Amino acid sequence: MELAEQIGGSVTDGLAYLGALAGLGGRAAYFTFVAPLRGRPLRLRQAVSQAMQVGVRALPILSLITFFIGLILALQSAYELRKLGAITFVASAVAISMTRELGPLITAIVVIGRSGSAFAAEIATMKVTEEIDALETMAIHPVDFLVTPKFLAMIIMLPCLTIWANSMGILGGALFGVTQAGFFFGRYIHASLDALFLRDIVTGLVKSVVFGMTITAVGCHEGLSTGAGAEEVGRSTTRAVVVSIFLVILVDLVFTTLFFFMGER
Amino acid sequence: MGPGEQPVQQQEAVISVRDLHVKYGEREILHGLSFDVLRGETLVILGGSGSGKSTLLRTLVGLERPSSGEIWLHGRNVTEISDAEMNEIRKGIGMSFQGGALFGSMTVGENVALPLREHTKLEEPTIEIMVRLKLDQVGLAGFENYVPAQLSGGMKKRAAVARALAMDPEILFFDEPSAGLDPIIAAGVDELILELKKAFHMTIVVVTHELASAFLIADRMVLMDKGNIVAMGSKEEMRSSTHPRVRQFLDRMPEPEILEEADYLEMLTEDHRRAGKATATKRGA
Repeated sequence: MELAEQIGGSVTDGLAYLGALAGLGGRAAYFTFVAPLRGRPLRLRQAVSQAMQVGVRALPILSLITFFIGLILALQSAYELRKLGAITFVASAVAISMTRELGPLITAIVVIGRSGSAFAAEIATMKVTEEIDALETMAIHPVDFLVTPKFLAMIIMLPCLTIWANSMGILGGALFGVTQAGFFFGRYIHASLDALFLRDIVTGLVKSVVFGMTITAVGCHEGLSTGAGAEEVGRSTTRAVVVSIFLVILVDLVFTTLFFFMGER
Repeated sequence: MGPGEQPVQQQEAVISVRDLHVKYGEREILHGLSFDVLRGETLVILGGSGSGKSTLLRTLVGLERPSSGEIWLHGRNVTEISDAEMNEIRKGIGMSFQGGALFGSMTVGENVALPLREHTKLEEPTIEIMVRLKLDQVGLAGFENYVPAQLSGGMKKRAAVARALAMDPEILFFDEPSAGLDPIIAAGVDELILELKKAFHMTIVVVTHELASAFLIADRMVLMDKGNIVAMGSKEEMRSSTHPRVRQFLDRMPEPEILEEADYLEMLTEDHRRAGKATATKRGA
């Protein structure tokens, strides 16, 4: 009985958590898409500064990581393809796995590490120092003021970063292609693009938008639900990272399955 | 007076609290408080740590939801209204938090300008002038471009007051205005509260445990203990009160020590005995 009780408890807790995330995401979406139509100006200045923080400042580290990932993918696929004498397929293998899967995923994980954690820490600190309470007593909605600019920045910047990550991954693959598989650089890029369908790129971008929403919702929710004291800020930040990674992988699984069966038809 | 009807008063009450109960989870913090704050007066809510005075203040400004009871603010029972209506009422109140609660990512000027930018359609130059005016009122003229981290504790409090004043509120709430300040700076903050009252005839509610400050700024006082109001009245009434709890607080006497051996033993073993009884009943059942 106790086991069943515990499982039941965890499931309801999990569902309640997802419900809270959906509530927060929904409210942020309302302030982003609906409220501006009702004469409430969008916080563009804050959104742009968030976009700088989330997107532009992530470029160096993201470029380096995805370049390496591309190179690793090329090495790993060449290991098998070489046996079949099909080493020229390295280009398409790298291009497809980058755009469909690893580009969006690696981007999301880098963004979780840089920005998801920062959202949680920033909002949790504001909560501890009563700044969130101060917003409320000034009749300013904390979600509108704090979460909306982050939400907007994330759903715009994550697809952009993903496209960049895809290109860097293909470049990484090209390094192997040119030095080890006898490609000319132009020929490798051509082969990569030939292998890709618009569908591959679009599915990756759709995923990245959902990842952006998930990361913002989890980071901000953890920040807003933090307890009292500096220790709690650290705990919220850790939880934001762990939960974000888990949910991003889960969302990835759901969408990949969906796209798999949609592609079959 | 029937329930849901605003209490009638000889002198106009700006805030009326009736039978207010507040719970955190299962634990009840405030056990049925009733009092009024009259227009233009400074009411000081005194009490030790854990007396529930901060919870009371947070409930008055709508940061905590009461489990039952009524709070009348500007003639509306705020325990029954929607968030949107509450936000309209909040535009008419200002709150100065214990640590200031200034936004660290903004300058002092931007902090003070925030409510104006959010809630009014004033032109930017007008807002700048308003900000300078508010900062001047709290003695911080020329500090617009500092960030909160560059200010001392007393200056942060003043800046927070300037932000609370931005919308020209009718009621101003202070949470521990002198906490964490040295006596001279704290006296300066008290002086500021007196000046605000004199200049704008504001209704001011202050929560504090500082006796000297309380007797300096208060018109009337409320003494709280363990979630109840122990005594209420003017400064003179409080000074001459013979209520043991009031005397203890005003004379700064420590909690009486338990001298009887048996009582002491009982205190130490209380929860164990209770737990023992509980298991005994469980076993019996």
